[in-house]
Amino acid sequence: MRAQFVLSEIGVGLRRNLTMTVAVIVSVALSLGLFGASLLMRDQVSTMKGYWYDKVNVSIFFCNKNDAESGNCAKGAATQQQKNEIKAELDRLPIVQKPVVYESSDQAYKHYKEQFGDTPVAGLVTPDQLPESFRVKLKDPTKYAVIKSAFSERPGVQEVQDQRDTVEPLFNLLNGMNIAALCVMGLMLVVALMLIVNTVRVSAFSRRRETGIMRLVGASSFYIQMPFILEAAIAGLLGATFACVLIVGGKYVLINNWLAKKIQVINFIGWDSVAAVLPLVLLIGLLMPALAAFFALRKYLKV
Amino acid sequence: MVTHTDGSRNSATRAPIQVDRGASVIRFDNVSKTYPKQNRPALRDVSLEIERGEFVFLVGSSGSGKSTFLRLLLREERASHGAVHVLGKDLAKLSNWKVPQMRRQVGTVFQDFRLLPNKTVGQNVAFALEVIGKPRGQIRKTVPEVLELVGLGGKEDRMPGELSGGEQQRVAIARAFVNRPMLLIADEPTGNLDPQTSVGIMKLLDRINRTGTTVVMATHDQQIVDQMRKRVMELEKGRLVRDQSRGVYGYQH
Repeated sequence: MRAQFVLSEIGVGLRRNLTMTVAVIVSVALSLGLFGASLLMRDQVSTMKGYWYDKVNVSIFFCNKNDAESGNCAKGAATQQQKNEIKAELDRLPIVQKPVVYESSDQAYKHYKEQFGDTPVAGLVTPDQLPESFRVKLKDPTKYAVIKSAFSERPGVQEVQDQRDTVEPLFNLLNGMNIAALCVMGLMLVVALMLIVNTVRVSAFSRRRETGIMRLVGASSFYIQMPFILEAAIAGLLGATFACVLIVGGKYVLINNWLAKKIQVINFIGWDSVAAVLPLVLLIGLLMPALAAFFALRKYLKV
Repeated sequence: MVTHTDGSRNSATRAPIQVDRGASVIRFDNVSKTYPKQNRPALRDVSLEIERGEFVFLVGSSGSGKSTFLRLLLREERASHGAVHVLGKDLAKLSNWKVPQMRRQVGTVFQDFRLLPNKTVGQNVAFALEVIGKPRGQIRKTVPEVLELVGLGGKEDRMPGELSGGEQQRVAIARAFVNRPMLLIADEPTGNLDPQTSVGIMKLLDRINRTGTTVVMATHDQQIVDQMRKRVMELEKGRLVRDQSRGVYGYQH
């Protein structure tokens, strides 16, 4: 096979169909960009889940002297005896992972400071506003209801809180966005494929003289089809390259320069996850149009 | 040497390709061809044999099956019944990927020349070699040779549009012959040309025939057939109704 001949054929083909080629490149870029973004989003959600589920506990908060007005706390701050009883019971429960951690108001204040640092809100909080608590880690995080029913009505207990409840809506939101992104990607992919098939058809039609002669003089079907397939693959690869630029740019602008500065509690994905996604995007950008072209040729190019 | 065919084309048994038993270049054994969704066959029960080095005219009115005959030779179509052997190969048993290899040994010339208008004469001929992967050095050597042979020496850099019809047909013949095929198929090569130019083309085809290449030519040109006194096969409604060595075009005109 003579590379120069094939390359010049491809160049001619791509130029002849410039508008169509641009449409293919753009639609491949968008669909693969969305594809990469949704892969990264899934990565993000799973790192966040790992990070948070590992950290979150069921917390049993005790009344302190400030919230005397409500339900269980009507009798004022929890006594040491109440706390001891609950501790003893927790230690007896098989579903609880020992040891149960006690967090005093001072410790709670310290953690609070760590999380919110120098934000204006943090300055207003004092240690005695934060309740004491037991941090209970469950062997099976879904058994939360057992703890809740056992302790929430106890005197001196302000609230039993499963911290998963506070992060779950966020994950649900992220997953929902991910599914939406995948749907849009699917649509864009269909558009891209149809454009490729059409481009190949136009291309095959505009070169039917050449291909007819090639057939007559005994060029192999591989040789006849190769320029068309490479044409599609090159357009796809260009699209995929744009998709990579979109992904890298998105990560840089959206995460590094914006979200990471705003929200420090979240552990954002790093460049390593991005680097893992890019080759996949390029590979799909190369193979998918080539395959689409191959199947389109079987219909539009007699060999 | 009788070949039995039961019409099953995709038989898994692949007989070793028989090469050139005797000297028959084309062999039809009871060949019929019916196109899909048509009742009347385009070819009916045609049996014939064309030897190496022969020059054969294929005559018959439009719709008599000439084109189908040529398409079967090039394996653009497959026979519905019977066996077609070209250059010793049973085309029914020839797998798809080997068809290009077969076509390289068969040159083709058409009424409408089929040149690439945006390539020069030399490039048009070279194209046939490029697309079958011939090395560049060989192409540079053979293209001027074959152009000289067809009488277009020195016109390599002209565009097809600048040439007369006869010259364009010579380019097409050069392209068909540049691989030195065993068989040259010509479908009304003089159909678009005036009688005088046609004579020139026929002389060229005759010269090619004398190098040992078998020539099969479908034509409507009575004068040429009558002058050349070559073998004539006449098709009528898909049947082979006449096969004369040193024949004439026909009586009914």
